[in-house]
Amino acid sequence: MDKNCVIKVENLQKEYKLGVIGTGTLRRDIQSWVAKKRGKEDPNRRIGAKTYEKGETFLALDDFNIEIFRGERVGIIGANGAGKSTFLKLLSRITAPTDGKIAYRGRIASMLEVGTGFHGELTGRENIYLNGAILGMSKAEVDKKMDQIIEFSECEQFIDTPVKRYSSGMFVKLAFAVASHLDAEIMIMDEVLAVGDMKFQKKCIAKMRELAVDENRTVLYVSHNMNTIQDLCNRCIVLDKGKKVYDGEVDEAIKLYLGGDNDEFFSYEFVDDRYKFPVKHRRLDLKNVKYIGRTTNLFYDDEPLCLELKWKNLEDIKSLSLRIEIQDARRLPITSYLLEHFYSGKKGEENTLKLKLDVSKFTDGRYAARYIFYDKAGEKAPYEDVEDSMGLAFRRYISDNHKRRWHRSWGSVKLGDIEIME
Amino acid sequence: MQNENITYITAKNKWYRIKFRELWEYRDLMMLFVKRNITTSYKQTVLGPLWIIINPLLSTVVFTVIFGVIAGISTDGIPQFLFYMSGNVLWGFFSNCLNKGSGTFLMNRNLFGKVYFPRLVSPLSDMIYSFINYAIQMIVYVGLVVVYAITTPNVQPNMYLFLLPVLVIQTAVLGMSVGLIISSITTKYRDLNILVSFCVSLWMYVTPVVYPASKIPENLRGLIMANPVAPIMEIYRHAFLGCGSFELFYWLISLAVTLVLMVFGLIVFNKVEKNFIDTV
Repeated sequence: MDKNCVIKVENLQKEYKLGVIGTGTLRRDIQSWVAKKRGKEDPNRRIGAKTYEKGETFLALDDFNIEIFRGERVGIIGANGAGKSTFLKLLSRITAPTDGKIAYRGRIASMLEVGTGFHGELTGRENIYLNGAILGMSKAEVDKKMDQIIEFSECEQFIDTPVKRYSSGMFVKLAFAVASHLDAEIMIMDEVLAVGDMKFQKKCIAKMRELAVDENRTVLYVSHNMNTIQDLCNRCIVLDKGKKVYDGEVDEAIKLYLGGDNDEFFSYEFVDDRYKFPVKHRRLDLKNVKYIGRTTNLFYDDEPLCLELKWKNLEDIKSLSLRIEIQDARRLPITSYLLEHFYSGKKGEENTLKLKLDVSKFTDGRYAARYIFYDKAGEKAPYEDVEDSMGLAFRRYISDNHKRRWHRSWGSVKLGDIEIME
Repeated sequence: MQNENITYITAKNKWYRIKFRELWEYRDLMMLFVKRNITTSYKQTVLGPLWIIINPLLSTVVFTVIFGVIAGISTDGIPQFLFYMSGNVLWGFFSNCLNKGSGTFLMNRNLFGKVYFPRLVSPLSDMIYSFINYAIQMIVYVGLVVVYAITTPNVQPNMYLFLLPVLVIQTAVLGMSVGLIISSITTKYRDLNILVSFCVSLWMYVTPVVYPASKIPENLRGLIMANPVAPIMEIYRHAFLGCGSFELFYWLISLAVTLVLMVFGLIVFNKVEKNFIDTV
């Protein structure tokens, strides 16, 4: 094993038997076994039930190979049943693989569930000892870190209260505090942060990142929350039906997982409502959108984004306004362009609108858009939306001579330079 | 400091490879489980740990009334209360070890399904917990023996008391081994789980707990004494009370059976623990 490699997985396979495992009672199992030996039909087989012969199995993980290195923060994503949890279970030795091999260096602290082994009747402090020991810490180690753990958990006030009286949030905090203070070289987390409040989640992610960056620990994190994955991880694996389908950049992995299927479009004609969001009262039908004079959605350096929108009025419209929302790869809005009071028209009219947007402030990457038409007859918000649809995505690429040092994690909009005042 | 040990996880381990060293590394956890059991057992009870003593005393009273007074079973000239108490305390320890051991996989499946530690930690800590209960009961029992030894000429504690540590360890190991075997089978066949409590009480009646071994009909004697708990019970009572006799032959058989069951139990347990979470 390479010196910097902390986890090496080779041809890992986990097989589950389909159907009912045994009949659960000894007598019937013996009956079935005897019948099979005599070549008769199993008397316990339910009539009409599909027979699962030997070999009818389900591969939760199939020929899975991976190498993970010191200090990496690896996110694992995939749909339900993709094999994420199976992998973590094998790695934390809860169940054994059917085939293949895992080698890891150092200790593993796994948190597949919040507060595993916590006992309601015990106080917070007693549970810290217990949970620490379950995770593989000695009593002396826990003693040494007790104060830090209590401080991190934000539960000082209740530390000598039985945890059955804790709120679920406090529970997570305490549990995470213990796990994060474990001197394990590898930390495994399965979707556990979701229970804490936002502030605490941020704190946990920061802590995990700190452990990885400063102390070269390795973090494996399974989640369905792409924000957390993006915040925490610097490498991401996508699993699908027990197989690894992607391993690499976080953004690419998330894109693959979310599967935005209009990502490469440079023009689109709306034929149905598939890419439209519901509005209370639709008065305008967006027909098609395109980037003017383009055969790609890639915009370089200072190039403006020229957009053409065509729509038909379903009713009389007065004082129409348009908001173009720009979203990042996680589909979170970054900012919006506004165009107010630009149009009034009669029912049935068709219109074409050509727009020029300055997208030079967006950094390298992929962005999604959303077009929201609204009626701004009165000045008072909320305005009534009259059409709301998914927009064309676009990609930005800044060529080298334009590129100044900019890191992805600094954000996706690069504002102007800072001026020094007198 | 980074720990550089490499751990390998593979599909098959050698069946005889029981990781005793790893078990030792988890000794803190074992003690914490014991502590957890102690602190949580009698939470929100009025009498608290007093129950540890009240329990055997109550059942001894019941035994005295039913088997002593009503049925009039002989106690080899030993005061009835003391006689039944002695059987009760030891049998209680044995059945505790067995019951706790047999529940290992089913009772802990939530914990075992979420985190790894050597599974043997769990039954061992249960065993230690049972031992502590037993030790507390022993204080009361020894007190009774002393009082009776002074007042009653029939009660004669003797040299065989030196065998006590061996007897206690044998009882615990025997109980736990049987428990582990049952536990391993219950992961697939739940029937056994229901049978266990019934079988344990049945087992008690084929063990000289409520009657002295001397009262067993001669033609059944060999059969009953082949039960590995029977010689332990007899020697134990002989040591404390001076009744019955010490029969080395039966004890050696019992020791051999204990050893075989222990090895078998560990192997089965070791085999089942790897994958039981998929079937339980």
